[in-house]
Amino acid sequence: MKEFMLVFRNAPVAQRDALTPEQLKDVSKPWQDWVGSIAAQDKLASIGGRLEFDGATVTNGLVTDGPYAEIKEIILGFIIIKAATKDEAVELAKGCPVLKDGGSVEVRGVVQMG
Amino acid sequence: MNEFVMLFRNAPTGDARPSPEVMQEFAKKWDVWLAAITAKGKFISGSRLGFEGRILRPGNVVTDGPYAEVKEILGGFIAVKADSLDDAFEMSYGCPILLLGGYVEVRPVMTNNN
Amino acid sequence: MAAGNELIPHLFRTEYSKITAVLGRLFGFDHIEIAEDIASDTFLLAAETWGMKGVPDNPVAWLYTVAKNRAKDYLKHDAVFAGKVKLQLQQSATELQPIDIDLSEKNIVDSQLQMMFAICHPAISAEAQIGLSLRILCGFGIEEIADAFLSNRETINKRLFRAKEKLRSEKVKIAFPGKSEIDKRLETVLTTLYLLFNEGYYSISQNTALRKDLCLEAMRLAYLLTENANTNKPPVNALLALMCFHASRFEARIAVNGDLILYDDQDASLWDKELIVQGEYYLNLAAKGNVLSKYHLEAAIALQHTDKNDTPEKWERILQLYNKLLITEYSPIAALNRTYALAKADGKEAAIIEAEKLKLDSSHLYHSLLGYLYTDVDNKKAVAHLQMALKLAKSNTDKETIKKNLDKLLLGINQ
Repeated sequence: MKEFMLVFRNAPVAQRDALTPEQLKDVSKPWQDWVGSIAAQDKLASIGGRLEFDGATVTNGLVTDGPYAEIKEIILGFIIIKAATKDEAVELAKGCPVLKDGGSVEVRGVVQMG
Repeated sequence: MNEFVMLFRNAPTGDARPSPEVMQEFAKKWDVWLAAITAKGKFISGSRLGFEGRILRPGNVVTDGPYAEVKEILGGFIAVKADSLDDAFEMSYGCPILLLGGYVEVRPVMTNNN
Repeated sequence: MAAGNELIPHLFRTEYSKITAVLGRLFGFDHIEIAEDIASDTFLLAAETWGMKGVPDNPVAWLYTVAKNRAKDYLKHDAVFAGKVKLQLQQSATELQPIDIDLSEKNIVDSQLQMMFAICHPAISAEAQIGLSLRILCGFGIEEIADAFLSNRETINKRLFRAKEKLRSEKVKIAFPGKSEIDKRLETVLTTLYLLFNEGYYSISQNTALRKDLCLEAMRLAYLLTENANTNKPPVNALLALMCFHASRFEARIAVNGDLILYDDQDASLWDKELIVQGEYYLNLAAKGNVLSKYHLEAAIALQHTDKNDTPEKWERILQLYNKLLITEYSPIAALNRTYALAKADGKEAAIIEAEKLKLDSSHLYHSLLGYLYTDVDNKKAVAHLQMALKLAKSNTDKETIKKNLDKLLLGINQ
């Protein structure tokens, strides 16, 4: 088994805070079910994180604050999964809800440390 | 304590691989920088990503890396503990990716479990 | 005499472990056998004396006095040993002051908790931890432990002996772990109590009284942890809540003939409402702080099951809790239960797709689940899976349940 990182990207959208609890549930159910499905197959290595919209970037001492109005897409979050091959990892990525919203999933092998 | 993720991005280096000596020197710089964060008890987890990868887009459209068309790729990440974005940001100074012309993006991880 | 005969086994169960814990802590793990022997001797003497002279007014106080005197005698006659014990107490070996044997309520509880940490130590296997817990913390006989593990005396004796040797060689102290260590060590303790409870709740041993005892002992030890400020942490409360919810179904899940009654067929009026209320109490306490342990999630799931009404909303809540549980820690059982909840919340079709991905082909539970999911969707496949489940099942209870479902299905097809 190898580890792969799935990185979710999409165009920057309004913050989730604006959603009602009901709407939030509608958004979160597909994600929970999708990650739950991967975990149920014992293929989840790390839950990773869902990233807030807010952020800051440092480039050689130059600091840019989010929320990134100028860029086309931002990273929404990531998880790390276990899969035998990259094909299998891509297969697992196919149920990711970000795809329904027009976003993308980047599948990358994790380099084993040490 | 809140959780933050530091994303390391850089221009894809393609086939231009630095010499083993340079690589080793560079790895040492990473170790030193990470050790400073770990010593403070702020390090949670992290991964370095392989250069190869695939991108999945809506409609199950798959693009293979190595990303000739993109300006920059994600090289890895670490998750850290910090009181605030400023605090987390403070830690990103000195990150060796900056020496390569890359940059660090610091983003808060969402804490609600929904 | 008759009173004494019934009383002694009862007192043995409650007091043996207390005496052993107090003396054991005093003597250290190196001499735990001496503590066990003195506790055993005390009960032997009680059986002889009470049989002849009748039961004393305060039998517990009598036991403590005898245990204390025996321990003091032992120390008096073995100066080398007494010196070691004094060293442990950080008294100088030549000090004349006699060693105090404190059998007060507080010292008993402290000793038991410290013993719990010493026994539930990561240096020994979970199985050895449970065995030692049953022997030293719960006062179970070797025979009973063998029965609970479906094993024999010899194997259990060997296992306990090796575990004690290992704890000695690792120089494990009978003491509270330090502040920085306590959460991590508590995790091991909770795992052991969780397994101890499950051993009783799900074990295939036919001895239902013994199985219930295992569960009650696990609950008693978890309760001890909640009573101490150092160990009263949210995951402990969550585990105790989980145990209360499960235990509330003790009466409802065992038929008169000892057979297991499955959840769906249980008479909900037999559920112990008091235990459910207690479970809710501990679950509320568990909500303090921001730790979400697997015990929190399992307790929250068990809470949903205390309401037998079958609504899609309930199953959606259960599904999400199983999602979180699996994300926290994978287990095949949780994966199967999640898929069952998915069928109840989103329908069998969605669940079949997910079930086929689980690939737990060697488990009879997996084939039972697929059998259930394919029933009325593809009955031929359902039959094949149930037949496979029947082939893989080991216990008679499981086989009978599967056979019942299979017969029902075949009857439906033939009509």
